[in-house]
Amino acid sequence: MSAGPDTPPFSTVDINNDSRDDEDIFASAVQEVSLDPEVNGAREGLEKVSIDDTPASISTSLNSPVMEEIATERSNNIIITVTEPQKIGEGMSSYVAYRVFTKTNMPIFSKHEFAVLRRFSDFLGLHEKLTEKYLRSGRIIPPAPEKSIVGTTKLKMTSTPSTENVNGSVSSAGVQSQFVERRRAALERFLNRVAQHPVLSIDPDFREFLESGMDLPKATSTSALSGAGMLRLFNKVGETVNKITYRMDEADPWFEERAVRVETLEACLRRLGGACEALAGERRELAVRTHDAARAHASLSGADPHAPLSRALSHVADLHEKIENLRLEQSNTDFFILSEHIKDYLGLIGSIKDVFHERVKVFQNWQHAQMQLTKRRENKAKAELSNRPDKAEQAANEIIEWETKVERNQQEFDSISRVIKKEIERWEEIRVDELRATLLHYLEEHMKHQAQAIRYWDAFLPEARAIK
Amino acid sequence: MMQDCVEDSSQDPLSTVPIADPAPATMETKVEKKKPNENVSLADNSLLVDISDALSEKEKVKFTVHTKTTLPEFQKSEFIVVRQHEEFVWLHDRYEENEEYAGYIIPPAPPRPDFDASREKLQRLGEGEGALTREEFLKMKEELEDEYLATFKKTVAMHEVFLQRLAAHPVFRRDSHLRVFLEYEQDLCAKPRGKMDLIGGLVRSMTTTTDEIYLGATVRDVNDFFEQETSFLQEYYSHLKEAVAKVDRMTSKHKEVADAHIKLSSCITQLATREQPPMERFLTKASETFDKCRKIEGRMASDQDLKLADTLRYYMRDAHAAKAVLVRRLRCLAAYEAANRNLEKARAKNKDVHAAEQGQAEACAKFEQLSARAREELIDFRTRRVAAFRKSLIELAELEIKHARSQQELFRKSLQVLRECQ
Repeated sequence: MSAGPDTPPFSTVDINNDSRDDEDIFASAVQEVSLDPEVNGAREGLEKVSIDDTPASISTSLNSPVMEEIATERSNNIIITVTEPQKIGEGMSSYVAYRVFTKTNMPIFSKHEFAVLRRFSDFLGLHEKLTEKYLRSGRIIPPAPEKSIVGTTKLKMTSTPSTENVNGSVSSAGVQSQFVERRRAALERFLNRVAQHPVLSIDPDFREFLESGMDLPKATSTSALSGAGMLRLFNKVGETVNKITYRMDEADPWFEERAVRVETLEACLRRLGGACEALAGERRELAVRTHDAARAHASLSGADPHAPLSRALSHVADLHEKIENLRLEQSNTDFFILSEHIKDYLGLIGSIKDVFHERVKVFQNWQHAQMQLTKRRENKAKAELSNRPDKAEQAANEIIEWETKVERNQQEFDSISRVIKKEIERWEEIRVDELRATLLHYLEEHMKHQAQAIRYWDAFLPEARAIK
Repeated sequence: MMQDCVEDSSQDPLSTVPIADPAPATMETKVEKKKPNENVSLADNSLLVDISDALSEKEKVKFTVHTKTTLPEFQKSEFIVVRQHEEFVWLHDRYEENEEYAGYIIPPAPPRPDFDASREKLQRLGEGEGALTREEFLKMKEELEDEYLATFKKTVAMHEVFLQRLAAHPVFRRDSHLRVFLEYEQDLCAKPRGKMDLIGGLVRSMTTTTDEIYLGATVRDVNDFFEQETSFLQEYYSHLKEAVAKVDRMTSKHKEVADAHIKLSSCITQLATREQPPMERFLTKASETFDKCRKIEGRMASDQDLKLADTLRYYMRDAHAAKAVLVRRLRCLAAYEAANRNLEKARAKNKDVHAAEQGQAEACAKFEQLSARAREELIDFRTRRVAAFRKSLIELAELEIKHARSQQELFRKSLQVLRECQ
């Protein structure tokens, strides 16, 4: 995290100080909530742990356990909507800008309602910053929407995006608008997830993203096609290799059990996602075939000399065109509601795996420091034996240095383990709630579709009866 | 009067019918005895025909044709015979080639029983068994068996309707071939297969030559009415064919949409087993909902098939039969004109004039009779068509509304239960 000229506000405030009361800028929030007896009494042992003081960071990381314990009890009162995607510019240098509208009464924001324009790379940049700052402490960072080179290029090269064809049949323009809509919805979900996270939601970068009227510095390292992007890809590969080759000696069965649970959940969700996409695809194809059937009936109607029957057949054709649209809507429901939810959760599971992996890296550090300490101790013993007081003293100094490092790394490990546990508990609750909400929403939409179908057929019935 | 030949709604393929042995290779199906088709317009029940049983084994279907009659031409008053599809075709061809019936629309022969698609699907299911969970496999198998059963019932119905149309027709019912078909206990196909094919081939080749005459317009039609009918039927037939093809594609895809719910509901069940009780109950209930939804979607698809596609298909075949009448009429006209020329020649040579006059008179009478009959038949065809479409479209709409309502209700109830699941 940079500490340069455009430092986020309040970064100079040292919140790592134990005597928080005077400098706690969020005092009001804490007081307001701490009056709640349930909160204060319910949590078992607000542990008194000394705050990690890893230098490199992240002076703005809020690892205060008290703060976070309290904040998780209330969901943040903030709603973000992402709307009006508009294409800015032409050709390969063009991009889509989204309007990010926030409505909130959280005290850290200066206004209750405000809106800014952001482009896709801005979102990725935010995700990047949050990851850099909080992954190491064990936070589950909501995944950023995927980059899609194909989708993006298509978007850049078409003249105007997002108008469905008149007869609603799926065409390249339709597919385009679907892509834009999917992305918009995914961006919205990303921001709202961050906004509901007790720690991430009060991050200054996040605040700036939502509030700042100025364009954010272009995050070039997130460009899909840049050199920096390729470098990051290679680094990630290196990391994956690390994941495979390093076997951590797991002392805490909780993590092992969770890892397994997360894996099986992922497998289940993948299968469910596949089934849902298959259903959506079949419905889309059904819509196309319904369209063909409608056309065929229209031709038949034209060839029938008997006027009432001809009219009825023409109504059959119209009816089927309406049904075609209905099938498309049903397919969209399958897709946008259920399938996208599943994709989100697969992404979140990815983030969880990332955080587990961070913990392994922290463990590695600790073990590495431990080894170094042991080596220095051996060095000192050897120096003493061979009567080299100068070497012995050097070794003694190094021992102190490494002892400190070992202690610090151990604390970091304990801290990240603790934070991960809390994050996962929080995540489990949210996961169940969201799945519930999604399925209910899904069924509601399908129920509405059936109501629509009834209306269409009801309108057709008198036409059929009118045939003489 | 021809009876209405559209399936009535009592032939719901998805109504449960006990299957003796579920193995598809030897599927025995009992087809319940139905009342005679309510659209029979004859006052008497002097000749009642139905297919009381049917057996499907390997490549053949054996229909048990049951007759009840008070007509004196028959040896007994109630009897059964077993017939195969080829014998129905044989019967149809006997009518087609009979010149006395030239002006009539001959009821189209029932289509050949075709279980290839179902068998293939079942086979593919068996092969892909490893990729599915046991539950999914059983459900898919159930679906395919239902489909097989529906196809089976449909083919029985088509064969039955063909016979009933003949039996109810005042002229056709008196045909000796029909009597043989209904009564004769031996195999009609005792003749070696080759010979059967030859006879069939003869009938077919006759139609092709006459089509050529008709298409080549070497014979000019004398009557506006028939001219119009010809072009109408030609166009109508091709549109019907197109509509049938498109509706078939639509209903088969609809069936696939229904089947896709199987995987969805099975995955949700799997998810449920990994959850704590309240969520587990929730997901299990959701999975059940999707399963019920699948059944309703399946019925929607098959009712569309039954009411829309089958009606279109039946009238497509009937339109073809009507075209055949027009072709026969043209052939008769050609014969009439030949007789005229013959008479002129005879008069010019003053030889065999009387014979030529007689020949010409006969040809004329034949032609006029045929034309009159054909005209009636074609007008009747239109009326029948309109009535049948009306009936089918109304029934289709009513069924689709019923199904959409059940789906809506299913979702509503499920939502209620799911919301209470805490």
